[in-house]
Formats: sequence, C-alpha cells, structure tokens
Amino acid sequence: MNQMKMEHVPGKARGKITLYALSTCGWCAKTKELLRELGVDHFYVFVDLLPPEELEEAIREVEKFNPAGSFPTLVINEGTRVIIGFREQEIREALG
Amino acid sequence: MSAAAPLTEEIQARYEKIKREAEEGGYHLNPDQAFTMNLVRGLLVNEQRYGYPSCPCRISFGKREEDLDIICPCDYRDPDLDEFNACYCALYVSDAILKKELSVGSIPERRPPRSERKAVLAGSSGRLTDMALPFPVWRCRVCGYLCARDTPPLVCPVCKATKDRFERFI
Ligand code: SF4
Repeated sequence: MNQMKMEHVPGKARGKITLYALSTCGWCAKTKELLRELGVDHFYVFVDLLPPEELEEAIREVEKFNPAGSFPTLVINEGTRVIIGFREQEIREALG
Repeated sequence: MSAAAPLTEEIQARYEKIKREAEEGGYHLNPDQAFTMNLVRGLLVNEQRYGYPSCPCRISFGKREEDLDIICPCDYRDPDLDEFNACYCALYVSDAILKKELSVGSIPERRPPRSERKAVLAGSSGRLTDMALPFPVWRCRVCGYLCARDTPPLVCPVCKATKDRFERFI
C-alpha cells in the first residue's frame, strides 16, 4: 500500500493520533482546532483533497476503523481507540 | 479540483439564498454565522468540483447518481432535525436550537454505509403495488411532497430539490 500523504503537527506525545477529515466539513474543522489547542502530536489528512486514485484506499482505511466511513474519524494508536464525530469531551479526556 | 476558491461575495449570496429558502419552508440555518458560512463555502466548493452541491461533511466520488441522497438539502436532514435538532453538518437546526433552548452537537451518521448503499441502488425501491391510477404519484425524497403527474416536476415546489431526487411512490 503506498502511503497517503499526511500532514504532521508536532506536539506533546500522546501516542499515534491520526485525524481523517474533510476540508469542507464544520465538525472536522472543530476537531482539527481542538487537537491544535490540546497541543498533541498528530497527523491529519483531508481525504477530499487526495488525488482520485488515492481516494478509494483512504476511504477503505477509514471504514476499517469506522464502518460508516464518516468524518471526522480520529484514530488513536492504530485503532486502540476511535472517536467518531466532534466529541469534544471524549477527545479532551482521551488526549488531555 | 483546481477551480478557484469561492469568493466571499459568492458565499454571502448563496448563504442568503439558502437562508431565504429555508425560512420560506419553515427551516432554520444555524445561527452560528462563522460555522454556517464555512459550510456554505463547502457547498460551493463541492458544486465546483462535482457539478452539484453535495454535503460538505460527506465524501463524494463525484458521481451524481451515487450522491442523490446527499445533495444538499440531503434525504437525511428532516429525520435528523426531528431526532437530533440539527442536520448532520449542523447547517440546518431546529426551532429549539434557534431559540437557544438546546445546543448543537455532532450527531451520528444516518446515511447507510457504502456496502448497503450499493445494494439499495441495485435493488428495487419499496413502492406500493401498482394500482389503476390515471397518473403515477411521485414523492420528493427530501421533503415528502407528493404529486400525481406523468413525470416529477423539474424542481420540487416546496424544497427546490431537483427532478432526479423524486421517487415513484404509487
Ligand atoms: S442538509 Fe444534509 S447535505 Fe445539507 S448540510 Fe445538512 S447534512 Fe449536509
């Protein structure tokens, strides 16, 4: 599988944190802001901005953690914990 | 995908149009202006990318026939407003939210997963048996408007959904 391009935001180590988001989605933006506010080291990708040939693979990856294939999907430590949607309290508790 | 980003004036104009149509139909937009504008921007971006304003909070492969249910306003708006007081993106909100009796939050996805959607597209829709009617009855999947005529109207007179959002009801 060729690696899709993720943006890295450096910060406090709280495990491997990956945010799958859409660039047009309000709750995704809020989730992204919250990660910044918390200052945790994380990766994110705007799936809608990927080249078409990478889209299918990216969505399959999201579906692996979240069968609905919805956004935002926040994956902590390869799926030890998955937070779907902008669940502010839950995210703060998991990463704060 | 290289289309220019929508201009502030375009976003403002579309916002006003959506808001006017919403209020006329008894719906309300999210009073959080910045949040709502951002979603309207997303709708315009999607319209440029795909040729139709698909939901800013859902992924699209750019195939209209696969996205008919998520062209804004989507098929899930009304049930989500009823159950959760907001649509999935929180572009549309209920009266209670507008009056600040409740606050908006992220809600679960109502749209079935991809595997189930494919099955639905392939299968037949569950319509009532054919009766001896002088005209077929068409139903708008967005707002439920019904009309009896040979073909559905070009746009729904109630919610402005396009002809291809109608299903044969009877
Ligand atoms: S009505 Fe549906 S398509 Fe439109 S913004 Fe809300 S959830 Fe998205």
